[in-house]
Amino acid sequence: MTGEAPIIQLKGMGKEFKTANGPVVALDDINLDIRRGEIFGIIGLSGAGKSTLVRCINMLEIPTSGEVIFEGQNLAALPEREQRKARQSMGMIFQQFNLLAQRNVIRNICFPMEIAGFTKAKAQARALELLKLVGLEDRAKAYPAQLSGGQKQRVAIARAIATSPKVILCDEATSALDPNTTKSILQLLKQINQDLGITVIVITHEMAVIEAICDRVAIIDHSHIAEVGNVSDIFTDPKSRIGRQLILGDAVENVRFDNSRKIRITFDGRESMEPVIANMILASKVPVNIMYASTRDIGGKAVGQMIVQLPEDETDANRALNYLKSVKILFEEVTGDDI
Amino acid sequence: MIFSPEIIELVRIGIWETLFMVFASSAISYLIGIPLGIILVVTDKDGIRPIPVLQQVLGIVINLLRSIPFMILLIMVLPITRFLVGTTLGAKAVVPPLVIAAAPYIARMVESSFKEVDAGVIEAAKSMGASTFQIIWKVLLPEAKPSLLVGAAISITTILGYSAMAGFTGGGGLGTIAINYGYYRYQTDMMFLTVAILVIIVQIIQEAGMRLARVSDKRIR
Repeated sequence: MTGEAPIIQLKGMGKEFKTANGPVVALDDINLDIRRGEIFGIIGLSGAGKSTLVRCINMLEIPTSGEVIFEGQNLAALPEREQRKARQSMGMIFQQFNLLAQRNVIRNICFPMEIAGFTKAKAQARALELLKLVGLEDRAKAYPAQLSGGQKQRVAIARAIATSPKVILCDEATSALDPNTTKSILQLLKQINQDLGITVIVITHEMAVIEAICDRVAIIDHSHIAEVGNVSDIFTDPKSRIGRQLILGDAVENVRFDNSRKIRITFDGRESMEPVIANMILASKVPVNIMYASTRDIGGKAVGQMIVQLPEDETDANRALNYLKSVKILFEEVTGDDI
Repeated sequence: MIFSPEIIELVRIGIWETLFMVFASSAISYLIGIPLGIILVVTDKDGIRPIPVLQQVLGIVINLLRSIPFMILLIMVLPITRFLVGTTLGAKAVVPPLVIAAAPYIARMVESSFKEVDAGVIEAAKSMGASTFQIIWKVLLPEAKPSLLVGAAISITTILGYSAMAGFTGGGGLGTIAINYGYYRYQTDMMFLTVAILVIIVQIIQEAGMRLARVSDKRIR
């Protein structure tokens, strides 16, 4: 995929809203490349500007500076009629589903095809096909009020891909759904991405959503992109403050280590291939403070010892210790003078 | 003597004239009021095609017409009525003032119905590349239909009330009967009879409108 031109490029894009209290900058100097066929996540706290960002991609909001390049065309510079045409190549799904309440499921799916000028028969046939794809063929005649949240979002997804768009934009698409439904909707999005090759852009405030389906992620904070990269890289090593906050959670910032227990972990070469400390942190969800470490690589095996400080909170500390016990790693508690 | 053949015939004609006035002017008022209501919503500063100046001017004109008491309006527009219908007497002559009074009212009713349409749904239609006309025709009108029907029931019964006032200027219909017999000749039984008939008509229109709205609304059940 490298070398191919990105399907969407944002270049120095900004958006300012005029309000009664003067202009408010919602987005400033956004630069992003979204690659063809990927699932790209945009995460940020509420108010960070992510909803505005996604709306600038399909020109529901017109950027006040910079460029939005979709398949080589600067959308912001196109006349309105052409912008509308371009939107038909970008489907969109929403947190509140936004189905037409007075139309049944099949006619909701036909709706974008009516707008795009499909014949009735063609739209109907395609709608039935899509209904099968999202697993709702038995609810064709139901009205949105008769569907569950997950079913509504499935209809919305079918509707969003009806005109065979190249991209689908998901604006907090799972935020109104319970965890199980969220999982199945994300699965469906992934399936659509893989089987139909549609590029998916996901806006969310939930790290779990990014983790579940995204290839790359941009973290947005106070109208700026804080960092962007592969999900695996950012998850293991968030560079920005907001990245650490989103990934590690708020709890980490409040951990105190003063006067807390320390333990000495002894490596005798058995665990050489295992990232012991990292596993302990992940399994117990407790951060530790490495005070001292001396390990040597002897014939591919790690030998040595490490002194780590446990958090002050007793339950947290015990959780970490229990993990070490459960995986049979040698450790002993140490007092200040022992170090 | 109240149910003498002459009286029955008089009331029968009165009912017919009233229904004619109400439905003819409602129909014409809706033909004018719906487009005005659409313009009010669409050109609003937060609408799908903002033209705030047009929206505000139209709003002022509508408020102006709505602030004139109907009795006064009836007299004020007599020249227009004469020009349009050729007479200022009878049921036909009541239609122009009724339309002038009702169309702005209906425009406001239609506006409020359209404003109830979920903004998210309009945004979804925009995201599909829908034009302003497509949004009006395929989203606003169908999605607002139940609310428009409720509004129609209210508007038509209001127009019925106005039409009865037209009796004072010789407008015909049940209003004229009530005024001529009940007010000028002190025949209270005639007055009560026509009022009873008006009450029944209002009940029927209101109930029919509500029922239609309920049946057509897919949000329930």
